[in-house]
Amino acid sequence: MPEPSESAGTPAGRAAPVVTPSRVIAGLCLVAPFVAMLWVGSYAKVEPTLVGIPFFYWYQMLWVLISTALTMIAYKLVQREQRLRKGGASR
Amino acid sequence: MKDGVNGVALAVFIFFFVAVTVMGFLAARWRKAAQSDNLDEWGLGGRSFGTWVTWFLLGGDLYTAYTFVAVPAAIYAAGAAGFFAVPYTILVYPLIFTFLPRLWSVSHKHGYVTTSDFVRGRFGSKGLSLAVALTGILATMPYIALQLVGIQAVLDVMGVGGGENTHWFVKDLPLLIAFGVLAAYTYSSGLRAPALIAFVKDGLIYLVIIVAIIYIPIKLGGFEHIFSVAEDTFAQPNPATGKPRGELASGPNAQWAYATLALGSALALFMYPHSITATLSSRSRNVIRRNTTILPLYSLMLGLLALLGFMAVAAGIKVQNGQLAIPQLFEDMFPDWFTGVAFAAIGIGALVPAAIMSIAAANLFTRNIYKDFLRPGATPAQEHKVAKLVSLLVKVGALVFVLTMDKTVAINFQLLGGIWILQTMPALVGGLFTRWFHRWALLAGWAAGMVYGTLAAYGVASPTQKHFGGSSAEIPGIGEIGYIGLTAFVLNVLVTVVLTVVLRATKAPDGVDETSPEDYTADVGDKGVQADPPPVTAGVPAGH
Repeated sequence: MPEPSESAGTPAGRAAPVVTPSRVIAGLCLVAPFVAMLWVGSYAKVEPTLVGIPFFYWYQMLWVLISTALTMIAYKLVQREQRLRKGGASR
Repeated sequence: MKDGVNGVALAVFIFFFVAVTVMGFLAARWRKAAQSDNLDEWGLGGRSFGTWVTWFLLGGDLYTAYTFVAVPAAIYAAGAAGFFAVPYTILVYPLIFTFLPRLWSVSHKHGYVTTSDFVRGRFGSKGLSLAVALTGILATMPYIALQLVGIQAVLDVMGVGGGENTHWFVKDLPLLIAFGVLAAYTYSSGLRAPALIAFVKDGLIYLVIIVAIIYIPIKLGGFEHIFSVAEDTFAQPNPATGKPRGELASGPNAQWAYATLALGSALALFMYPHSITATLSSRSRNVIRRNTTILPLYSLMLGLLALLGFMAVAAGIKVQNGQLAIPQLFEDMFPDWFTGVAFAAIGIGALVPAAIMSIAAANLFTRNIYKDFLRPGATPAQEHKVAKLVSLLVKVGALVFVLTMDKTVAINFQLLGGIWILQTMPALVGGLFTRWFHRWALLAGWAAGMVYGTLAAYGVASPTQKHFGGSSAEIPGIGEIGYIGLTAFVLNVLVTVVLTVVLRATKAPDGVDETSPEDYTADVGDKGVQADPPPVTAGVPAGH
């Protein structure tokens, strides 16, 4: 990983925009698990079962993996953007 | 329950217990800094933990022994409703990802050790900071007590401690020894002790769960059979209420409660002092964010563990006290030596969070009560000494709590603790993003949430208890059953917003904000962040 140079911050005078496409995508990745998990009616059923485990349980455990993947995407996006900002490179 | 003492299991249990005790004392020398008599070293491990240590520490901290006993016990008792712990721990990580890096940055910049430190610095209000500190200590104490309940459950099933007629001292002796040892190494090693022991704890827990989730279903005839037996059992009416005991998937009437419990608990979890302590001990913002992508592994494990509740039903386990269902399942299913391993996992699983919680409570007392109110000029060395003593007091308090009062009291207080700690969120999270909220409005909102939450929880009856029978009640205005903590939180926010508008209109005096906007995004390497002395001897490689 290339080290960002110490002195360069956000270019003075021209502040980077607060809302950027990658921030919006990162935000959606973080919000998705809330929608999926709090909408209990969408998964409160027994069928279809998976190796004998009712849908209710395996679906929620599947979401552990999905939300992990989503958080990882958000992490990568945020990290990439930070690096760009620190490098002072305008996109 | 088998009669008498399970000797083999007990021997294995004692072996692991002695091993972690030695580790706990040796931890004091692990990555020790040159100057170690201050709170940053003892109470935050020198703020030096990398990704892996933080992972074990947070994992060891958030997924406590009580969780491991209580979640499957809830499934055993009522089926689907107990599974809310899984969505709850899914939702925690996006929240941590969003909020805690900001808290980490501002804390490093200004040397904050606790959330109350931050609230005082942000809003310039000692009163608000005291409210947050007291709430944190109050919510943590019963949580520590419950860790003891977890150890007691294991000791009971092993047959240690004798029957009803045994003298109280003999009966409680094993617990006293366990806690004496815990108190001693926390005192001497600080946060480094649980960080090191967490490796053993999690290793054992992962092992036990993987074995249990494969071995027990094979013995019981597969998941299909387990769930069909559970379905029949849950369909039978409960003699006390006349309603079915539970269900396999949340029915329409239970879905609000399920969702609000998951959300409310997720919001509450990272307000707890012990989660904040573990987070602040990490080395950089990225350590925290990276952790939110690997910590869900524990949630997966928790989901599997929850399924053990169904296995206990299918295995025909009959216990008076639901907390004993899983230890009893282990004893019935596993060979004796592996029962010992499983019990050691639960027992050590109780020690790690208990240590972190007592350190977190001690940090709060020292920084926000002792230093702010009792002795403003305290030196770092004095703070360090007071915190060590308070960590002892907190544990003794928890011990007295468990030994003198009924177990249900600890559980009731834990339930209240969750409701209470959630009420510190507007000040903390609100403060991380905006200074708009007025300090007096935040204090009033906090008080409103605390009073409403406590009264509402008092009013919940269950077949076995007249008060504090559960954590859900009807949501005023909506009419559905929901988590009281979340309702109280909404009330809290409403009061805060309305009063802020009023106070701003009347130009009530604002506190002094010692933080600036850049502080919230500062990272390692930025100016003024590396205020702490770097560790001198790097004994163990710290990960990345």
